[in-house]
Amino acid sequence: MRTVYNKIDQITGNVVSLKAKDVAYEDLAVIEGERGVSLAQVIRINRDQVYLQVFAGTKGISNRDQVRFLGHSMEISFSENLMGRIFNGSGVPRDDRSPLSENMIEIGAPSVNPVKRIMPSRMIRTGIPMIDIFNSLVESQKLPIFSIPGEPYNTLLARIALQAEADIIVFGGMGLKYDDYLFFRNTFEKGGVMHRSIMFAHTAADPVVECLLVPDMVLAVAENFAVQHSKKVLVLLTDMTAFSDALKEISIIMEQIPSNRGYPGDLYSQLARRYEKAVDFEGRGSVTTLAVTTMPGDDVTHPVPDNTGYITEGQFYLRRGWIEPFGSLSRLKQLVNGKTRDDHRSIMTACIQLYAKCKEAREKQAMGFVMSSWDKKLLGYGKRFEQEMMDLKVNISLEKALDRCWQIMAEFFEPQEIGITEKLINQYWPKKNV
Amino acid sequence: MSEISGKIIAIYGNMVTAEVDSKVKQNAVAYCCKSRDGIKLKSEIIRLRGNEADMQVFESTRGLMVGDTVEITEDLVSVEVGPGILMQIYDGLQNPLPQLAEECGFFLKSGVYSPPLSESKKWHFTPLVKPGDKVQAAHHLGWVPEGIFQHKILVPPYLSGEWKVQEIAKEGNYTIRERMAILVNEKGDQKEITMSFKWPVKIPMKGYAQRLLPSEPLVTQQRVMDTMFPICKGGTYCIPGPFGAGKTVLQQITSRYAEIDVVVVAACGERAGEVVETLREFPHLQDPKTGKPLMERTIIICNTSSMPVAAREASVYTAITLAEYYRLMGLHVLLLADSTSRWAQALREMSGRLEEIPGEEAFPAYLESVIANFYERAALVKLYNGQTSSVTIGGTVSPAGGNFEEPVTQATLKVVGAFHGLSRARADARRFPSIDPLDSWSKYTGAVLPDKVPSARQILVRGNEVSQMMTVVGEEGTSIQDFVLYLKAEFFDRVYLQQNAYNEVDQACSLSRQEYVFSALLGILQKEFSFESKDQARKFFFQLQSLVLNWNEAAWQSDSFKEIEGKIKELLK
Ligand SMILES: Nc1ncnc2c1ncn2[C@@H]1O[C@H](COP(=O)(O)OP(=O)(O)OP(=O)(O)O)[C@@H](O)[C@H]1O
Ligand SMILES: [Mg+2]
Repeated sequence: MRTVYNKIDQITGNVVSLKAKDVAYEDLAVIEGERGVSLAQVIRINRDQVYLQVFAGTKGISNRDQVRFLGHSMEISFSENLMGRIFNGSGVPRDDRSPLSENMIEIGAPSVNPVKRIMPSRMIRTGIPMIDIFNSLVESQKLPIFSIPGEPYNTLLARIALQAEADIIVFGGMGLKYDDYLFFRNTFEKGGVMHRSIMFAHTAADPVVECLLVPDMVLAVAENFAVQHSKKVLVLLTDMTAFSDALKEISIIMEQIPSNRGYPGDLYSQLARRYEKAVDFEGRGSVTTLAVTTMPGDDVTHPVPDNTGYITEGQFYLRRGWIEPFGSLSRLKQLVNGKTRDDHRSIMTACIQLYAKCKEAREKQAMGFVMSSWDKKLLGYGKRFEQEMMDLKVNISLEKALDRCWQIMAEFFEPQEIGITEKLINQYWPKKNV
Repeated sequence: MSEISGKIIAIYGNMVTAEVDSKVKQNAVAYCCKSRDGIKLKSEIIRLRGNEADMQVFESTRGLMVGDTVEITEDLVSVEVGPGILMQIYDGLQNPLPQLAEECGFFLKSGVYSPPLSESKKWHFTPLVKPGDKVQAAHHLGWVPEGIFQHKILVPPYLSGEWKVQEIAKEGNYTIRERMAILVNEKGDQKEITMSFKWPVKIPMKGYAQRLLPSEPLVTQQRVMDTMFPICKGGTYCIPGPFGAGKTVLQQITSRYAEIDVVVVAACGERAGEVVETLREFPHLQDPKTGKPLMERTIIICNTSSMPVAAREASVYTAITLAEYYRLMGLHVLLLADSTSRWAQALREMSGRLEEIPGEEAFPAYLESVIANFYERAALVKLYNGQTSSVTIGGTVSPAGGNFEEPVTQATLKVVGAFHGLSRARADARRFPSIDPLDSWSKYTGAVLPDKVPSARQILVRGNEVSQMMTVVGEEGTSIQDFVLYLKAEFFDRVYLQQNAYNEVDQACSLSRQEYVFSALLGILQKEFSFESKDQARKFFFQLQSLVLNWNEAAWQSDSFKEIEGKIKELLK
């Protein structure tokens, strides 16, 4: 039997410290008192002084509460029984069903050996033209959605979950509004994907640091489904800024010197360790990660989006209700968009260039300059493009979307004005009904 | 070897403190032995105070306990050098990753290490000395074929003074563990030499006669680098830029096309996926110089962002030490490190744990000197046998928020010979490579018409001034002369400074082609044009631009190259 300790020396923020023996770094402990049972993890040991980060926060914990060490680090049950289940930030069921305890696996395990990686090669279709045509999502990619608070990022994420070609969806919510949690749950249920989804949801009402375990649990489950069951897994995380803020909180309590706006110096490594779990396992399945990163004050240089951008393979900017064509980038798109339809790359370039010119024309218009006939064409085109391609409600296949791009261009321009080779024009330019 | 041991008394992140009673060395390798599962974690002693030793552990410290044993070795953190390094893919501590994959499968495993060089492979040795010959440190005792090179077997550079060859192996096949020579010095000391030796990574591997001033340009086949901001063999340069600005693509293209003998790619704390591109493509790409796969001239050190943080710091030192080793063979080596900021961040993490007094943005106060010492290891040298060889370092920097005023960029700028600053605005406008032509600089003299470069730069500067002015007064308020100047600058930028990394021809531009095209374009930049209207001028340059872009994509001296050149001349009449 393991020793039970009855004396906590110090409680600061979400960290408690006590004297204990035979405790290993990152081991879990259970704190029991009037408040109930809370989970904690060893984050520092100095001789016999042990520091514990309490996931449920220290509110109501007393210096005479009982502390029991479990003798292992965080684990989670892994089996098919996870499907359709919902857990909270500590891995406790949130769906009134029984806890799982079979086949416990380690979370936050070491990374994939880089030489075992392969070049990503398969596109994941989402039915969203701004993604499929302009910034294709690739299996095993890690992509954040940069968004100002208030944009419909969760709606977008849920839609991608329903429509993306994936075997399993593992969802991790951090600091979710309770309504958003319900929204995801309902959407998954109504959309008929709940039976192949697993949710870890930490809500804004839960203690802040409890979200720290969410990405590791999500990714451990995802990784194991990919490797052991050869599944194509789609990981959805929202919101990584909430996760980073929890990291910040702990590091401040531990009196670490912050590097940038209060965030710890290892923010980059912390985020990278998680994002790099997106891998295509040769001969097995894959993990693809989409993660919302809200940008406080629409500032990309804020440490969270900034560090994220240095880690991920591109980014989607969600602004004014749509995915911005400028700034958004899928760095892996060229690995897949040459293999779809022969006009894909040309359409991608032509439509964006024309849209950029339309924006210039709009600026001129705003400054009161006279609009030439060319400018007018651009303005007309831009409006249609926004309504029929950029609007997030648009939900069509890649091929239909490409056809629609041709139609929109044909409506406003002559074939030689769009900068696409003659061969493709001959093949795809819509025949006008005279 | 007598091993000293200690007991762990504190654990905080990847920093562990142990109590030790005997003599230990700073930077010595130690192993933290987990009593729970018997796994031994490699570590380095980074501070000694009284009988307490602080160590950085190169693995996750999960599961380690106070009271666990620490085994402390005599060795400093070292690499083993010898034949078989080329074509390898090492982690930051010189474990061969393919070997680890064979042992452990998809995932890395904590506490699993593997010897860096094959101990069973036989190499065909040819002696270059005979008994009685006088030799000194780094002298070439013989050679073995390693891919495209004669891999020289060296007198280890740690041997000082003069030595006499007492015995030397005959031509034949040997492993790296066999004795190849016996050396004696005047004092009568005897040394047995094998084909490999160990070298501590933080100590520069010298063993050359003298350092020379870098003067021979290192051709990268990237126009903006070779013509505008050249680098030299034995020199240093840095590429700071915000995320997505094109640092990695630029390094990858350089690792392919640089005219150099050996390339060491150090992927330090960046994406693993990017290394995979190199791993999978290089075996199939041809080195234009030798016709052999590019992989044969490449060494990859791969300590990507999700691999242990402490080993990131070691990885850049591992890379530079291997580069220095090949330099002693008379080869020209290019080290590409992506990204030095990740290494600086690893330093910062450790410094925080050591509770040192922080400098700006919490980086340690010694950041500058650490960076300076690293870049100082690049050099053009003269070997004892009269050959010249070099190590050139090119490091990317990833400044927080893309702001160059931060400590790592600033410290790097103080010590490098060239600065290729990437700009967000250029990257957003997809003007690649996004090296800012106005802010960047180089202290080296390039190989492409260096006398003419300032006048091209002048046009860029003035064109930019006009463009600034136009945002205020509009096109209407700009004189046609100024407007043409602006068009010229834009034209030169588009067709010469920008280069398409994804076009098979345009991605590499040879020196002779650069000279040819640059002087042709200079002619255009200096030509006086008289246009009737701005629209006419714009249209003219637009036509010219599209011709030159096609020209760039035509193979050098091919029929289509000549044909397009004819059209350009026609237009200019
Ligand atoms: N020379 C180039 N030609 C064409 N496209 C380029 C070029 N350089 C970069 N790009 C584009 O920019 C993207 C990002 O480039 P890269 O990965 O080199 O950026 P980075 O500066 O290394 O970013 P990070 O700091 O996040 O690693 C590429 O995926 C590619 O789409
Ligand atoms: Mg990069």
